[in-house]
Amino acid sequence: MLDFIVLFLTVGIPLSSALLLASLGETVNQRSGVFNLGCEGVMSMGAFVGMLIPYMVGGSGTVAWYVNVAGLLSAALVGALLGLLYGLVVIKFSAPQGIAGIGLQLFGTGLAGTFYRHFIGGAEGVAGISSIRIPVLCDLPILGKMLFSCNPMVYVAFLMVPTVHYILFKTPWGLRVRACGTMPRAADSMGINVSRTRYQALAFGSAMAGLAGAYLSLCYAKIFTDTLVGGRGFIAVALVYFGRWSPLGVMGGALLFSLAQALQLAVQAYGFAAFPYEFLVMLPYALVIVVLVFVGKSKHVGPAMLGKPFNREMRT
Amino acid sequence: MANPITSLRIEHITKRFPGIVACSDISLSVGKGEVLALVGENGAGKTTLMNILMGLYTPDEGKIYINNKEVVFKSPSDAFACGIGMVHQQYMLVPNLTVTENVALGMRQMMDGRDGDTTLDKFKRAVKLDLASVRRHIVAISEHYGLSVDPDAYIWQLSVGEQQRVELVKTLCFGAKFLILDEPTSALTPQETDELIELLRRMSHELSIIFISHKLAEVKALSNKVAILRGGKLVFRGNTADHSAADIAALMTGHQVYLPVNQSSKAPGKPMLEVHDLFVRGDRGNMALNKLNLTVRAGEIVGLAGVSGNGQRELAEALTGLRAIESGEVSLDGVSLVGRTPKQIIAQGMGYVPEERNIEGIVPSMSIRENLVLKDIGKPPYSTVGVISNARISANAEKMREEFDIRCSGVNVAAGSLSGGNIQKVILAREISRGPKFLIAVYPIRGLDLGAAEFIHKQLLALRDSGVGILLISEELEEVINLSDRIAVIFKGQIQRTLGRGEATQRKLGMMMAGVKEI
Repeated sequence: MLDFIVLFLTVGIPLSSALLLASLGETVNQRSGVFNLGCEGVMSMGAFVGMLIPYMVGGSGTVAWYVNVAGLLSAALVGALLGLLYGLVVIKFSAPQGIAGIGLQLFGTGLAGTFYRHFIGGAEGVAGISSIRIPVLCDLPILGKMLFSCNPMVYVAFLMVPTVHYILFKTPWGLRVRACGTMPRAADSMGINVSRTRYQALAFGSAMAGLAGAYLSLCYAKIFTDTLVGGRGFIAVALVYFGRWSPLGVMGGALLFSLAQALQLAVQAYGFAAFPYEFLVMLPYALVIVVLVFVGKSKHVGPAMLGKPFNREMRT
Repeated sequence: MANPITSLRIEHITKRFPGIVACSDISLSVGKGEVLALVGENGAGKTTLMNILMGLYTPDEGKIYINNKEVVFKSPSDAFACGIGMVHQQYMLVPNLTVTENVALGMRQMMDGRDGDTTLDKFKRAVKLDLASVRRHIVAISEHYGLSVDPDAYIWQLSVGEQQRVELVKTLCFGAKFLILDEPTSALTPQETDELIELLRRMSHELSIIFISHKLAEVKALSNKVAILRGGKLVFRGNTADHSAADIAALMTGHQVYLPVNQSSKAPGKPMLEVHDLFVRGDRGNMALNKLNLTVRAGEIVGLAGVSGNGQRELAEALTGLRAIESGEVSLDGVSLVGRTPKQIIAQGMGYVPEERNIEGIVPSMSIRENLVLKDIGKPPYSTVGVISNARISANAEKMREEFDIRCSGVNVAAGSLSGGNIQKVILAREISRGPKFLIAVYPIRGLDLGAAEFIHKQLLALRDSGVGILLISEELEEVINLSDRIAVIFKGQIQRTLGRGEATQRKLGMMMAGVKEI
């Protein structure tokens, strides 16, 4: 039984990193008043771009660490650019965010698949970034395997939780972002450029989504496929609501979802044949829906003007 | 920080919106330590003018001078930099931030840094929000002006009066030397209003103030200069002391205002609305109406006076079928309304002017002509066998626009774009033209200017004389006393007492509204 639990946690915690990175980024987007359903597409592009440089340099073989870092950074950069493009559509041209987001999702996913076939093709993988063993700590029983011998990007993802919290709640920029999401009219009357703040938030949030994609291709699967992201972008958006726009809450959601998924993998691995594994495959998704129904409905927490374009001279 | 503002002058300001000239060739000036009252009816262009002065709107024509130097405001931060601060009618506060965070948001040196900053200073400022120094600043300002605020409270926890103090502190923290207040008292209780006037009087020793209002008592109490706008034009400028409130009212509306009084001695008819032992629950499950009894006859206005929150909303909703009746009996013209749907009750001849005119009274995004037939859209003449007749709906709208003096650029514009007074006219036109047996009017003139209030009161009295029973729910004692044949005082979900028109005085009603039964 202990083995089962260890396996379940050892699989579950790293599994949450991609979700965590993407939904922390989406938290910043939404705090500024813009939601991005295109997160899935941005992650797809991130996944492709992330492995492009390492593949170009070393093909399927190992490459120097800085090449992989360059891959991650390029994924973040492309993510940010896609975020700005989305911003142009929904901020400058006030397009409905739901529809524009779906557009971005289709665009990103399609473009990433096409580029992959054009530039890389076949089923070529990369060596990617491998796990590191933290000296001494990794030899601890149980915990060592679970917490101290993960992929470096897993630590980055979890470090982003306090970082994003600090950015949102302790910096001037974070204050501006929160004001623009809740009452852009007030922010505007105090001389804050609402559009600019939202562009910045979108660039930051989408860079995180790009990074999340690169994690999947470089650290997790070490290969790109059209279905690599597999709906994680949409789950990331749902987790932001789940976590009530707080980085800590989002982390709780990402862990809950990933552990539920790991449970299903562990059950399959241990072959509890009597138990229908299809039920467990469904479980994480059902869980998110159930929790979203019961999640607190307090009006005073989140960005009240989420999804509403801002136009100063609009008479309401 | 900005130099003190010794004079502010605007010249020939014009601003057009689609279909309307909001401000037309307006020139004004305010000197040091002066308090200018800017008065005018709703839609006269006051708020637009002030938004131009704050850099929120750009004027199509005209110039602004501060200390005799021309200034151009492209955004509110330009106006702040010159020392102008505005307290908007709808407060510009972010509800899920604390008072301190709200103030920090607008402090430029806090958010962006000062000109002489080194790179290290800039970096420090970007990575760490110094809320402690903002908090000290707030405490200092609030002590200096005697404005008590709790810097750590979230805005959503504060009452309207407290939020307004936060707005004032915020504006002063930004270094405002010149205050613009847009209808500062419109949401305050009478006590809060008195406190505010006292406060502004103290502040006017150090600052110049422009305040927008259509409450003439405040204008007289506070200002030394008055400027009157009507239809986007400046119609009068002068010293407040030289003119009576009645003069100012006449200039504001363009004619002598007289609020009509119910003087009819016509005897009322048979009982129209009868409420017997009514129990209704409020939103929080409490018993909002507690064995309420009330009768209103045909051709009679019964005023329901009371402090809001004593069951008025629940009564209006129960009578119109919008809220479930727990127990008791309600009948209209002898037919029971208990358990009926709103549609059935409307068909019985019930008219309703709801409390929230923008939310319950109209569909803001639909046109005026559509709003005018909302209750009859499914019936001839407005539709036959499920197909609506645009021609008849338009003809009806043009007739109503004429009859009820609805001021709009056309009946196809969205009803939500109208001013409060005109929205209320649309609602009243719809309800009256349906020929109701009974009308419930909830706070019918709340937030309206004198001209619109006068018109609506006249309509209600005319309706009464035509034999319709009216239940008038209001907090304004003057309104209740002027219009009602009888006045019922509601307190904690019960009728305290019913008084005849002759017996009711403001003092007596005020005490009964506070819960005193026998006077």
